[in-house]
Amino acid sequence: MPTRPLSPHLSVYRMSRYTLATSIANRFTGVALSAGLPLLVYWLMAVAGGAQRYARATHVLASPLARLIYAALVVSFCYHLVAGLRHLVWDTGHGLERAQSRKSAWLVIAASIALMLLIACRIWLRGMHGP
Amino acid sequence: MSLRSPLGTVLGQGAAKDGVRHWWHQRLTSLALVPLTVWFVVSLLALPALSHATLIAWMSQSSTALLLILLVLVAAWHSQLGVRVVVDDYVHGAGARTLTLVLVGFAHVLLAAAGVFAVLRVACGGSP
Repeated sequence: MPTRPLSPHLSVYRMSRYTLATSIANRFTGVALSAGLPLLVYWLMAVAGGAQRYARATHVLASPLARLIYAALVVSFCYHLVAGLRHLVWDTGHGLERAQSRKSAWLVIAASIALMLLIACRIWLRGMHGP
Repeated sequence: MSLRSPLGTVLGQGAAKDGVRHWWHQRLTSLALVPLTVWFVVSLLALPALSHATLIAWMSQSSTALLLILLVLVAAWHSQLGVRVVVDDYVHGAGARTLTLVLVGFAHVLLAAAGVFAVLRVACGGSP
C-alpha cells in the first residue's frame, strides 16, 4: 500500500456538517438497496416457481423480520431516489453554491420523508401482506 | 510542471485506470432508474393484492415483463457500479480489493441473470 494519503480523508472533515451527512446517507442507502437486490430476485424466482413455491416463500417474505427489511428498503429507496436527483442536478453544474446546497439538503430530507409517508399510507390503507 | 506522462495524458484514464466510463454509466443508469423504480413501486402499490394469481397476471403482460427485465438489469449494473466505489474506498490492499471486486461482479451478474430468467419464465408461460 502506498504511503501517500489516500481518499477518503475522513478525519479532515467536521462530521456534523449537513454536506457530509447527506452524502454518507446517500452511500449508506445505496448499499442497503444493493443488499435488497437479492430479495427482489428471490421474490421474482418465487413467483416464477409456481403457486406452491410462492406459498412457501411467503413464510419468509411475510415474516416480521422481512417486514422490517421492507421498511428499511422503502426508507432507503425514497432517500436514495431524491438524493440521486440532487446529484444529477449538480452534474449539470447547478446548485453547487453553499447556500443552494444547504437548501437542497433540507429539500432532499423533506421530500424523501414525504415520499416515505405517502408509501406508508398506501401500504397501511391496503393492509398489505409481504412485498 | 506536470508529473503525468504524455501517454497518461493522452489516455486520460486517471488513478482508477478507467477514464470517465464508470462515472458516465453511473449517471446513465441513475437516470434510467428514476422512471423504472417509480413505475415498479407505483405498480406494486396499485395491485389489489400480492397473491400469486395477481402477480402472474401482472407479470404476464408484455409491458410489465419488459420493464421488469430492464429494472433488474439496470438496477444490477447501477448497484455494481456503486458497490465498486465503496470497495475502492474501504477495502485496502490490491489482492483483497481485486478479490472483493470479482465476487461483487459475479454476484451481480448472477442476480441479473436469475431475475431476467424468472421474469421470462412467467412471461413465456413456463411457470408451473
